[in-house]
Amino acid sequence: MTAKYWFPIAARRSLLALWLLAVLPSGLVSVSAAEPTGVEPDPIVQAAETRRIEAINRAMPSAVSVFIPGGGGGGSGVLISPEGYALTNFHVTSPAGTFMRCGLSDGRVYDAVLVGLDPVGDLAMIKLLGRDDFPYAELADSRKARAGDWCMVIGNPFLLATNLQPTVTWGILSGVGRYQYPAGTLLEYADCLQTDASVNPGNSGGPIYNDEGKLLGVVGRCSFEKRGRVNVGVGYAISINQAKNFLGYLRSGRVVDHATLGATVSTDPDGGVVVSNILESSDAYRRGMRYNSEILEIDGRPVSTANEVQNIMGTLPADWRVNVAFREDGKTVRAPVRLMSVHRQDELIEKMGSALPPPPPVPDEPPKDDPKDDKAPADIPEGKAPNGDLPGQETAAKSKKKRSIPEAASKLIEERRGFANYHFNRLEQQRFLTQLLKPFGDEKSQFNRWQLSGKTATGEDCTLLVRDDEFAMEVGQFVFEATNKNELFEAIDRNLIAGVLPALDAWRTMLRVGPKSFGETYYKGTIPLAGERPLRDCTVGIYGEMEVRWLMHPETGVLECIEVMADSDTDPAELWVTWNGDQVSSLELRYGTEPVLQLSVQQWNRGGAAE
Amino acid sequence: MIRQLLDLYWIRPALAPVSCRQTRLTPRGSNLKLNVCKPLACVLTLLTGISFSHAQPPVDSDSRAIQTKVVKIYGAGGMKQLEAYQSGFLVSPEGHVATVWSYVLDVEPIVVLDDGRRFEAKIIGIQPALELAVLKIDASDLPYLEVPKNLTASWGDPVLAVSNLFGIAAGDEPASVMQGMIAGISNLDARRGTFKTAYNGRVLLLDLIANNPGAAGGAVVDATGQLVGMLGKELRDSGTGVWLNYALPIDALRVAIGDVIAGRTTTVPKESNPILKRDQSHNLTTLGMVLVPNVLESTPAFVDAVMKDSPASKAGLQEDDLILLLDGQRIADQQVLTDLLRRVDRRDAISITVQRGSEILPLRLRP
Repeated sequence: MTAKYWFPIAARRSLLALWLLAVLPSGLVSVSAAEPTGVEPDPIVQAAETRRIEAINRAMPSAVSVFIPGGGGGGSGVLISPEGYALTNFHVTSPAGTFMRCGLSDGRVYDAVLVGLDPVGDLAMIKLLGRDDFPYAELADSRKARAGDWCMVIGNPFLLATNLQPTVTWGILSGVGRYQYPAGTLLEYADCLQTDASVNPGNSGGPIYNDEGKLLGVVGRCSFEKRGRVNVGVGYAISINQAKNFLGYLRSGRVVDHATLGATVSTDPDGGVVVSNILESSDAYRRGMRYNSEILEIDGRPVSTANEVQNIMGTLPADWRVNVAFREDGKTVRAPVRLMSVHRQDELIEKMGSALPPPPPVPDEPPKDDPKDDKAPADIPEGKAPNGDLPGQETAAKSKKKRSIPEAASKLIEERRGFANYHFNRLEQQRFLTQLLKPFGDEKSQFNRWQLSGKTATGEDCTLLVRDDEFAMEVGQFVFEATNKNELFEAIDRNLIAGVLPALDAWRTMLRVGPKSFGETYYKGTIPLAGERPLRDCTVGIYGEMEVRWLMHPETGVLECIEVMADSDTDPAELWVTWNGDQVSSLELRYGTEPVLQLSVQQWNRGGAAE
Repeated sequence: MIRQLLDLYWIRPALAPVSCRQTRLTPRGSNLKLNVCKPLACVLTLLTGISFSHAQPPVDSDSRAIQTKVVKIYGAGGMKQLEAYQSGFLVSPEGHVATVWSYVLDVEPIVVLDDGRRFEAKIIGIQPALELAVLKIDASDLPYLEVPKNLTASWGDPVLAVSNLFGIAAGDEPASVMQGMIAGISNLDARRGTFKTAYNGRVLLLDLIANNPGAAGGAVVDATGQLVGMLGKELRDSGTGVWLNYALPIDALRVAIGDVIAGRTTTVPKESNPILKRDQSHNLTTLGMVLVPNVLESTPAFVDAVMKDSPASKAGLQEDDLILLLDGQRIADQQVLTDLLRRVDRRDAISITVQRGSEILPLRLRP
């Protein structure tokens, strides 16, 4: 009886090894049944059990039980940083708006605010408040996970964790690299994990850990079909590797979108995956991809079927630039390709509002209250839910009655259209400006007028001048002078070397006036630099009709590249900056992948006088 | 309150299964779009009859080894919660596939191997009382599960169930692996009427939620990777509404599978028998039965009426019986039945196997 009694579920990769353990002790069966206390457990079994208990103890503190104040429901989440940043599902935070309460297994309840939303990937970032030493999960490499690996899900199924003790369910990965279709274009689970560990309503947003207690992903979905809304042995989790791609984006406080290549693909019956349609305005097209090109690799992952392409694309954020290898006309091309976004920003916000039964967290109208005011900014618009028949809503609506958000939390909430919580973007903008100023110091007058001189790679003299309403350059015979930004726009559109000027001037202007006065400025998140990791901090500012992106190293904060986009159909100007300490030693201008100007900087006059 | 809690959790209804119809009507290799039309992704891989190496490195684990021996089967269905897919597993290196006998096999099914290769399969053996079918695909050197002589597993043993439940995997995507144990071994017939199934022998009761849509025909293996059973069709207790998780024990299936593999038995119609003259052979009238109107391309051989005092009525054939086998040959549809009757001397008795409700009955019709 008692194979059952003894059945160990151990932290072992090989099921075979494990099962042998399970079978071994069956000899003890009758003895153990008679005298359960008098038997020495098999040491192998005991060791396996100990490992499992250790893994659970390691994992448990980072599991979060999410509750929506006023009995509006809840779900689960998982802490990923000591400052309290935690991941959960978009569909968990969606009915909550911007404020929720979170319980940890230490028995305490913490206020939490919404940080960022990814409605397509069903991810949300929240921040728990009140500590800077939260327990947090160590992130695993979910690409290494395999079907058959032991795993566990810890969370708040059926919102049972009213005593704040989460529920642990144990199982194996039933499959990896799974694809589950989106509802329309939202809530797409690409390259996700499938588990037979019990996943039930309320587990949403919670962690799935591997057998070492490292975070493999975020549970969010099940196959139910005709058996009602309880576990039937098939749960899906967003892989932590997908989440890693989005962490920077989510930290920006934005509502973020997913990527598309700008091409459609199909699996070739003769093998391989080929382009079946491609937008001429796409960056892939500019890099030479054409109808019938064979795609070999995306972001370092080989692809051979259309499914694999979709699986990878579904895990990438909009506007990323990733390396793509393809074969066109007998030649293999490997180039960084800028991905497009699946939605226009307005479209995403609209869909977000109508995609789910619960009302969207971001009201359409601009914030009426001063954000600093501690009136509840997160009230859910009543009666906005499209499906009135869901019992969940009744309570959500009832709970609407002026629930007050504690001041500590409301200070951290700032609503703005297109953002989940603008407060966090503001923080990042400040960090950006600090980093941008670091090599120069605070003295504003040095940003009135910049004049650079140096030599090009071919030995020609080069001078550049930028100040308000005067932009000029001279390289050998080439002379360019402009007095307004439309001319600079032209220069980029025509891929002229004068594209260096708008980049330089945007840099100067940002330093001089800061993000508030620069024009619309926001922190975008982290993106690869020309397809390469580590992910760089990216801040975007609108400069005339152009969009400027500053890319900075995540650890040093050093500015590495300024990209200026004119027309979306043409390559942006990229100004690559090389530093020698606090001094810029050289600049390089690129369009696409081609360098068009290399300049070693000899002199950089940062004019004190405004004139 | 509970309902409300449940609704907190977002789910979507399952996706339209990749139905056989879709698969078959789409010309091979046609350029289907993907990015714009994501749902086609699965169809796309199905269409490719080519083997691709999986992008991931091979995994040295038991579950991976079992996955390579489990196949996806696509056939009839695709409406009213009748999924057009099920699972199966290879039982010989030459492409014999064991699976459950179900409506999915109402058409010649398509079998997709773990490596993504896609085959049109032949149904070469059915055993309605075991709910077993054996398919054959034209391939060789395949990884397969040995069908053991005896059932060595007993209750309490840990098992893996590998199947394509919910049709999650498509193309070269591996089948799903689930773990659990044998909770008990018991006869189903004690509860006849409770579970609507033709099978009334012993079953392995599983403590894992294995019997989901599309899982039927999946392999259940023990700790050593040895086959112990085949996941059965979904069964629901008509009294309590509880779904049963079970597998047919391999010892019950062994003889039937073995005979088909060895070529000792087949339910493929023997077209080698000569067609007799009309007035010498059997036909529906000589036997005294009327079938339902033959209005479909492939109309099942359902009995509409039985003539009084005819061989059919003496044998006990009844209205609404479905004729499955004639002298051991599978009656795929009415066309097959009338054709096979032309090959039987009308002085000879015939044996048929019929399905009446969930019962399987052998009948002997004497002229």
